[in-house]
Amino acid sequence: MQNEQKSSIADKPVSIIYSWLGDRIFLTVVVALGLSIILLAGAMAWVLTDEAGMALDEFGIIGFLKGTTWDPGVQFRFGALPFIVGTLVTSVFALAIAFYPAVAVAIFIAEYAPRWLGSIIENLVHLIAAVPSVVIGIWGIFVFAPWMRETFYMPIFLWAADHQPALLPILGSPIGYGMTTATIILALMIIPFTTALTRDAIRQVPKEQREAAWALGATKWEVIRMAVIPYSRGGIMAGAILSFGRAIGETMAVAMLIGNKNNFPFSIMGPAATMPSVIVNEFREAVGNLHLSSLMAIGLVLFVISLIVNLIAAYVTRKLSITGGQSI
Amino acid sequence: MKTLKTMKAMKTISLFFISGLLALSFFGCGGGEGSRNGAEQRSGRSSDRVDILGAGASFPAPLVTAMADEYRGVTSNRVTVNYQSIGSGGGIRQFVEQTIMFGMTEAFLSDDVMQNVEASTGGRAFNMPITLADVVTTYNIPGFDKGLVFSSDVLVDIYMGNITRWNDSRITELNPGKDLPSLPITVVHRSDGSGTTNIWTSYFSRVSDEWRGRVGYGTSVNWPVGVGGNGNEGVAGAVINTPGAIGYNSLSYALLNDMSYGSVLNASGNIIEPSFEATTEAANIDLPEDTRILFTNTPAEYGYPIAGFAWMLVYENLENNNAINNRRQAEELVRFLIWSITDGQELSETLGYARLPMAAVERNIAMIEEVKWEGELIGKELLQDVL
Repeated sequence: MQNEQKSSIADKPVSIIYSWLGDRIFLTVVVALGLSIILLAGAMAWVLTDEAGMALDEFGIIGFLKGTTWDPGVQFRFGALPFIVGTLVTSVFALAIAFYPAVAVAIFIAEYAPRWLGSIIENLVHLIAAVPSVVIGIWGIFVFAPWMRETFYMPIFLWAADHQPALLPILGSPIGYGMTTATIILALMIIPFTTALTRDAIRQVPKEQREAAWALGATKWEVIRMAVIPYSRGGIMAGAILSFGRAIGETMAVAMLIGNKNNFPFSIMGPAATMPSVIVNEFREAVGNLHLSSLMAIGLVLFVISLIVNLIAAYVTRKLSITGGQSI
Repeated sequence: MKTLKTMKAMKTISLFFISGLLALSFFGCGGGEGSRNGAEQRSGRSSDRVDILGAGASFPAPLVTAMADEYRGVTSNRVTVNYQSIGSGGGIRQFVEQTIMFGMTEAFLSDDVMQNVEASTGGRAFNMPITLADVVTTYNIPGFDKGLVFSSDVLVDIYMGNITRWNDSRITELNPGKDLPSLPITVVHRSDGSGTTNIWTSYFSRVSDEWRGRVGYGTSVNWPVGVGGNGNEGVAGAVINTPGAIGYNSLSYALLNDMSYGSVLNASGNIIEPSFEATTEAANIDLPEDTRILFTNTPAEYGYPIAGFAWMLVYENLENNNAINNRRQAEELVRFLIWSITDGQELSETLGYARLPMAAVERNIAMIEEVKWEGELIGKELLQDVL
């Protein structure tokens, strides 16, 4: 009975869906979806370039990148330099602040913490990542910025006014809304991201690697320092660079806290602006064509910078990983 | 055996189904606009319902949304007004691209745009005032409630960075008997482009040549000093949390958040405390026929000087607006317009807006009378029904 059934199934001609047609359909769908991502990125770049054309024609690409005036009221001149500088400075310092704590948390979760504690910390870190940036921004406006002003900016400013008046222009006005506040908030926001990527990189380290180090008589710290970190440094660096890319693109919380000053000079505590912040601020109500086109051009610059950052991350992962980019 | 076969068939079907769905979700998005218009048309024909689609400025959005709710009740669910708050710039662009039936803006159409519209539709674009925006000076000086008096040149000099302390003699002169502290002034302005900034800076440009030459006016400008807050709430947050701060907010926002706000010396030399009545009064002046006017620093004797219109944008020749498909839609749009400048104004005060003055209503009616559908003056006909 059983044999009969088996043979009868085997004898049935195979439906085309299980021979060539199924493959074709699957291939078409996968290729279409895959290509759509490329098309999407291409379309974004094309629209941005197209819309930015007017501003780039008017000021020249170099002129736009070097321009320091942003005046939609009288001269109608637009330059991106203050925003580029603002973005890079806040992102670099945010990463500098966030990097070591994030790596430390990741090592603690992956290597030291008992499983239950590790998972609690991990969930809390994910929780920070899940808070919408506009909520962080509101908290910043009403709690963090005033606290920073009372605790740090005001005392520093008053001390400088008494002892080192030359420092005042560098420090800037101690309002609480400015570059330092935005940078710290930005650091807070990328910590979860860096932590998650670092922990993933550490988890990738093969057990044999550690066991070999243990076998050589290494202490726990030595295992981490000589076996785990070198092996995962490519992943850690790539994670840091990806976090940097996130910091560059972070919009709402920064726009709410950076004070939005569209012109040089920037100061340490005083207001500044970033590329995403000026776009989110002015795009909605930009009535003039040149103004709108200039905002699009800023978007294009941001797009290109993000692309470069991502490429660097990919390169670094390959170069720094201990296998030189080849999988074992 | 049969079951096996059916299972196979089902698998085949589901595979096709899934790939079909994928394809749909893929190519479907492009056709969204067209198919929605089609659906609107169909529902308009089959039942008796009409959707009116508008978009634009965010400042009047709460009022327009409330009007839409109220109006649906008035027409017993027949007319639904769908308003999207996308900003004045977006409102003007969508209006010119004819994807919406009416636009809404806090900056009237420029001569360029007016000419383009005239060239493309053969008729004018009407800027119809629908409500008023007022901007008040908000401040945070410990121990001082509302009621400080400012004059135009003092405000300009504060925002220019020329007056830097609250006990500056020019402020104390205006406020005799008030012992203002020697607190540094922190200037706060809007960082996002906004109609509020447009009114505020247009006031400064009116009263100060220096401001007009250096900063000018617009929805965003190149501020000489100060820190930028994002939105009304951003400015309010910075002002409330910073002793010595001065900022500007819409009156309703200042009232809602219990902020201290100042009175202003107007062009006629009267000290005006901000109120909805004083704002309405400010616009009760001799308006130009197309109402494209900024009346900051109003000549009205008891008018509050820092106020402006929010306009609804409508084409003169409605049949040339691609967003309007048939005469019924055009008529319902005009009916809504008429209602919103008359009965609809009743909603104003409770929502924190000032009513339109008679001068503006009259201009609106004159414009509505000229609205046409294929050459027929439908605005005039509909007005006769109501009035």
